[in-house]
Amino acid sequence: MTRAAPASAGGDGWPPAVFDPAGPYSEPVTTLAWALVIGGALVFAIVLAALWAALYGSTKLKARLGGEKAIWILGFAFPAVVLTGLLVWGLMLTSSLSATRVTGAEMRVKIIGEMWWWRVHYQDANGRETLRDANELHIPVGKPVLLELEAADVIHSFWVPRLGGKMDMIPGRTNRLLIQADKPGVYKGQCAEYCGGPHALMGFVVVAHEPEDFARWRASRRPAWPASGAGLGLFLSSGCAACHTIRGTPANGLAGPDLTHVGSRQTLGAGILPNNPGTMAGWIADSQGIKPANRMPAYHQFSGEELLALTDYMVSLK
Amino acid sequence: MPGVDWPKGTIGPSLSGFGDRALIAGKLPNKAPLLADFVRDARSLVPDSGMPAVPMTANEASDIAAWLQSLRD
Repeated sequence: MTRAAPASAGGDGWPPAVFDPAGPYSEPVTTLAWALVIGGALVFAIVLAALWAALYGSTKLKARLGGEKAIWILGFAFPAVVLTGLLVWGLMLTSSLSATRVTGAEMRVKIIGEMWWWRVHYQDANGRETLRDANELHIPVGKPVLLELEAADVIHSFWVPRLGGKMDMIPGRTNRLLIQADKPGVYKGQCAEYCGGPHALMGFVVVAHEPEDFARWRASRRPAWPASGAGLGLFLSSGCAACHTIRGTPANGLAGPDLTHVGSRQTLGAGILPNNPGTMAGWIADSQGIKPANRMPAYHQFSGEELLALTDYMVSLK
Repeated sequence: MPGVDWPKGTIGPSLSGFGDRALIAGKLPNKAPLLADFVRDARSLVPDSGMPAVPMTANEASDIAAWLQSLRD
């Protein structure tokens, strides 16, 4: 027996359920999807019935099927009515998803798609950045969240199925998407636009909290402390700071994910590994083996003790 | 790990046929309770080991040890 062992421990939320909406911005999408599936199946059944009649029907039936009235009804009136109805209904159903209807009360976050990870920049009501993180988004339940979606390199697509539909992230453009979680929990996502290389290993995590819990989480986002020790020393001397930021230390690289709170993330590698000391060490020493062609090189120069000193430090960055 | 398609880490040795091996990490006899302790916290037995301790219960560690010892070539 062989099986793939992707994503988090315990089969929790991966792959994310696509027909199981958990908020008001994904419900209409699911409703429409079921309508299309069922409607499509019905039309297919009608087509099969017509095909059967055309092949095996009595001469009289065949004549009626080939007659002008049948063509007008089945070929023109029926599709016109159904498709027009579907268009109107679809537009009405999904009008509530439009990110043009913002009231200003929404939480605002900018997410920038990179190959093959996500920058997450929390903003205040005026659009000023308040916190930087990566690959994971924390939101309070019951509140709409306005996402400003951008891309740094190629086209990506933001998709957390249980909370909202897909929205492309296009270089040079800001697309907006509203999401909302009605219940606390962990919601997994996946990049939904092929972006080269390990696109299939570009996952995302949304964590929804009860409001008091969210306030506590937000207040605990402080710079790393203490800013010293063997692990940090190795981090700086090995060049990690060239790509990574750890607030509170001299490391302020921007090419890779912000690691100030990497120890408290649900996953590593952008949604693809559970977060524990084992995966942390494995990622540092050889991320290329896990996510081939990702932009972080493998680090084969550490001794066992050095690797674990560095790992212990990263794990401590909660 | 035999039977797992992804990930296929190469930082440590392949565990294929682990049950046939006489030594753990080239140092310790490959016996069940010792193996479980090693799995749970390698550094406590081999101080310069590069294998981190992943939080797990003693039962989980002995389950893993049992599985490792079942791996035959």
